Amino acid sequence: MDLSAINPVILIASLMVAATPILLAAIGELVVEKSGVLNLGVEGMMITGAICGFAAAVETGSPALGFLAAMIGGAALSMIFGLLTQFLMSNQVATGLALTLFGLGLSALIGQGYVGLKPPATDRLDLGPLSDIPVLGRMVFSHDIVIYASLVLVLVVWLFLRHSRAGLILRAVGENHEAAHALGYKVVRIRLMAIAFGGAMAGLGGAYLSLVRVPQWTEGMTSGAGWIALAIVVFASWRAGRVLLGAYLFGGVAVLQLNLQAAGIAVPVELLSASPYLVTILVLVIISADRSRAAVAAPGSLGRVFHASS
Amino acid sequence: MIALEKRPTPSRAWSAAAPLLAVALTMVAGAALFAALGTDPLAAIRTIFWDPLFNEQFASYSRPQLLVKAGPLILIAIGLSLGFRAGVWNIGAEGQYIMGAICGAGVALALYPMDAWFVFPTMVLAGALGGWAWAMIPAILKTRFRTNEILVSLLLVYVAEQILASMSLGLMRNPEGGGFPGSRNLQQYPAAANPELVAGTGMHWGVVAGFVAVIAAYILLNRHMLGFQIRLAGQSPRAARFAGVDPNRLVMICLGISGALAGLAGMFEVAGPAGQISIDFNVGYGFTAIIVAFLGRLHPVGILLAGLLMALTYIGGELAQFMLGLPAAAIQAFQGMLLFFLLGLDVLSNFRVRLGRRKVT
Amino acid sequence: MTPLLKVDGLGKVYPGVVANDRVSFDIAEGEVHALLGENGAGKSTLVKMIYGLVKPDSGHMTLRGVPYAPAEPRAARAAGVAMVFQHFSLFDALSVAENIALGMENPPPMGQLAGRIRAVSETYGLPLAPERLVGDLSAGERQRVEIIRCLLQDPRLLIMDEPTSVLTPQEAEILFATLRKLAANGTAILYISHKLEEIRALCDRATILRLGKVVASCNPREKTAAELAEMMVGTKLATPQRAASETGDVVLEVRGLSLPSPNPFGTSLRDISFSVKSGEVLGIGGVAGNGQDELLAALSGESAASAGAVRLKGQPIGDLGPGSRRRIAVLAAPEERLGHAAAPDMSLTENALLTAAIREGLAARGFLRWPAARAFAEKVIETFDVRTPGPGNAARSLSGGNLQKFVIGREVLQRPEVLVVNQPTWGVDAAAAAAIRQALLNLAADGAAVVVISQDLDELIEISDRFAALNEGRLAPPRPTRGLSLEEIGLMMGGAHDMEVAHAAV
Repeated sequence: MDLSAINPVILIASLMVAATPILLAAIGELVVEKSGVLNLGVEGMMITGAICGFAAAVETGSPALGFLAAMIGGAALSMIFGLLTQFLMSNQVATGLALTLFGLGLSALIGQGYVGLKPPATDRLDLGPLSDIPVLGRMVFSHDIVIYASLVLVLVVWLFLRHSRAGLILRAVGENHEAAHALGYKVVRIRLMAIAFGGAMAGLGGAYLSLVRVPQWTEGMTSGAGWIALAIVVFASWRAGRVLLGAYLFGGVAVLQLNLQAAGIAVPVELLSASPYLVTILVLVIISADRSRAAVAAPGSLGRVFHASS
Repeated sequence: MIALEKRPTPSRAWSAAAPLLAVALTMVAGAALFAALGTDPLAAIRTIFWDPLFNEQFASYSRPQLLVKAGPLILIAIGLSLGFRAGVWNIGAEGQYIMGAICGAGVALALYPMDAWFVFPTMVLAGALGGWAWAMIPAILKTRFRTNEILVSLLLVYVAEQILASMSLGLMRNPEGGGFPGSRNLQQYPAAANPELVAGTGMHWGVVAGFVAVIAAYILLNRHMLGFQIRLAGQSPRAARFAGVDPNRLVMICLGISGALAGLAGMFEVAGPAGQISIDFNVGYGFTAIIVAFLGRLHPVGILLAGLLMALTYIGGELAQFMLGLPAAAIQAFQGMLLFFLLGLDVLSNFRVRLGRRKVT
Repeated sequence: MTPLLKVDGLGKVYPGVVANDRVSFDIAEGEVHALLGENGAGKSTLVKMIYGLVKPDSGHMTLRGVPYAPAEPRAARAAGVAMVFQHFSLFDALSVAENIALGMENPPPMGQLAGRIRAVSETYGLPLAPERLVGDLSAGERQRVEIIRCLLQDPRLLIMDEPTSVLTPQEAEILFATLRKLAANGTAILYISHKLEEIRALCDRATILRLGKVVASCNPREKTAAELAEMMVGTKLATPQRAASETGDVVLEVRGLSLPSPNPFGTSLRDISFSVKSGEVLGIGGVAGNGQDELLAALSGESAASAGAVRLKGQPIGDLGPGSRRRIAVLAAPEERLGHAAAPDMSLTENALLTAAIREGLAARGFLRWPAARAFAEKVIETFDVRTPGPGNAARSLSGGNLQKFVIGREVLQRPEVLVVNQPTWGVDAAAAAAIRQALLNLAADGAAVVVISQDLDELIEISDRFAALNEGRLAPPRPTRGLSLEEIGLMMGGAHDMEVAHAAV
């Protein structure tokens, strides 16, 4: 065992990389759930984004186009969910599961020709002298644009929900859809937009996995990341800032266990591999055990079917 | 303009017709998908739905496979359907299936090479207990801490997969296997094997258990207080509490039953068709069973039929892969599509569709 | 002078129901106009059409002489029409200011809005702190949020749907003062209610609806309450008959019952004590949201309390669940018919099974006896004149009155020693309400102890022997109903809470 092989600078830098896919998916799902919709299809949208982004990047040679395609792919898939749950009033839990199962199949189908290929590299963002700062430069100022975009996105979502009128309306729809309808807000339209945003972000997160983090395409490569993103939204008590915390916490566990595996620590490899899932379960338990907070934080209409009868 | 209008009483006719219509629509959409992949759509549909049963060349092999594949699907889906009806969402059956298999096989490997009548019954018990115990984790967390059972049961699938890997590489590895991962083959250990009961049918103890589960679930749901409480809790949780149903007890019962049945399915599989614990032992029955449960309208007889249909798509899919080069993933997408159509058509049993513009003056 | 709003021949048909049939009336500026009718007469549908929530099938409206056909509430608000809903369209987890901003077309920035809320609330004697969470407010305060939301838009027409159902008599007086002030400033008010006395006190004109049609129009001040009631219902209603009943020993006793609320916006019960004798009806009044649901849950067994807090003939039963209480003849019927007292999508037979399995022997060793359950459902349907094609129909297919008769009948026919009901005639037509009240009185006459929790004071005065009031989870000591004035009852319900002071300051 050689723990000295673990370099804290690289550890933090790779933590950010590991956390970003989940951060993106979770912040998207946060907006969806704030509008009162529970979309359990995050895993399916992520993996669809992963292959759409990968395929587009390989075909065009442009990672940027890849990320764009991933967002379109994730959003397109989420619209199936939107159509079923918002217009045909299907059960959101069942439809979300169906979306995940379908997404896994569809992505494997699209991805057949792409196994073993290498995607074009995503460039680091040139931050000039910032990147040259010792230690810190390596740690936080030498990343690609998507990482920074994801951090900005957290801020934007926070501002949107907390301080904008549109965000207020979105929260109102999620809190009590009947009252929002009575005030004349278009519940279904607002929710569809939220669902599409959630799909796009999940897709982007998936593409970050296949284009940067791994970077290659394998079937089922998200391996539960979408579910962890869902858990992080609960952990965050539906608050944007805490989604960031949750995602980076998870990223830390994921990177640390990989480093420990590499260092040959005397713990079974399987236990280390399972640790991100176990930690997620543990965190969920701690959060939900706090009864008062969990009940207040969840949007009032979350997961409930809306049918405008009047 | 299309308007939906809630029916005063859910339509039974639509409720029964929706799955059939969903299958038909999936065939059409599937044909389009296959055409887009450059496969002759009619040939693909025939290969998937017709040839496994009636093509002389393949039927002798694939007909028994129907029951082999349908057995675990039905067994798991019956358990899941009870929970789904009660609003208890166990989606980690895959993990419970794995743990049942590990526990069942563990008993066999521990007793090897003892030749006694009680080996197989003990394995059955251990398999059910293994799945049950794995499902009790989300159940206890749900009842004690209100932790979301959907997320916990699902995340535990990944943990179970790691345990499976650990077992097939470590503790359960066949000492005579020349270092290859995977356990001894239980089919070659008569006291522990789950053989084909009637040659050429694919019938094994797991399929028998599936049929028994269908009958038991039917009686439970239609004739027993517990079944009534399960239905009540799912439709109207507050009314259920008013009626005196303890929601925590239902969570424990539903997760417990579905876990035990998934564990049984895993145990029968490892002792029969699969034969051994290996890294790639689980093939997604636990997830496909979710589709089976919904396609069967959460009704025991419906699940029986849906399980057979879904088994057919598995076998047909393999055949299409072999004959037409259709990718394996296509079948998975095909199954997902089926569930979409079904969920979408569900609206018709609760709502009436009105066409035409409403008059506005 | 052209009326402010003219409604001409409005019609609306829902499947199986004609909600509105050629309804015409008009409202002048500064007029307080009553829309009177019993439940199901079509009042709600009519105002929803005026507010743009429902599109009429036929007819048209003009507002100040200009054709008016709001496609959505937004258009109605832009035209100067505002509405205070009976079931508030509020958001518990949002603040007062956020709630108000949501109801405005172009709200000012939050800081400025808070100032305007304070200003308007002071002008009209409706104190309200803009930053509080709406979920923490009392029912009366929540109504203030709705009213201020409307007033900030300077409406020409203010629609109020049963506004006093959530107020104490004192609070209602203060609301009337506010409304009169508004009317004096030229705002027209369309006031929906079935409470005759308050319409006579407040309104200039009344349009009376029955079964979707306008049946009369009058000046309510010139009519007696009995005359108005007759126009509204169409026939003279028999008031429930009560036999001069003998009360016996104490059957149900509640002593020091305290129960923290399970949900964040609920009400905790605090030190509640009362007792009910055999043959007696105890009425428990109070404004919505003061612990009615929680009290029913504690008495039905849905919420477990300490064993000694609830006693049946001296035996502690506070920790028993609903099933165990049914076994000893302690029965209950909660307020919410669909989803609590009955499962909407289940048949009446299954709904009979829901509470009657134990006492009626509808299950043997866990196995259900469907023929017995069906027979019991049929017995309830027949005895209580429930209008339905048969016990196989889903609960949600019944009208409110019929389902309520089924729910009450299901409990009454199980020979309870104690029956606790919450809002037994809420949203029920007058004939069904009379039948239900009669059934409760008959039950008491046969020796049961009956607890009626209700927000309808007239109902409680009519049927209860003693009256107590719930206020913020506390119960005022019960007093004999006979001789209690409305004023005294109002004070027992908590008076005007904190509104009095503020209003005096104006």
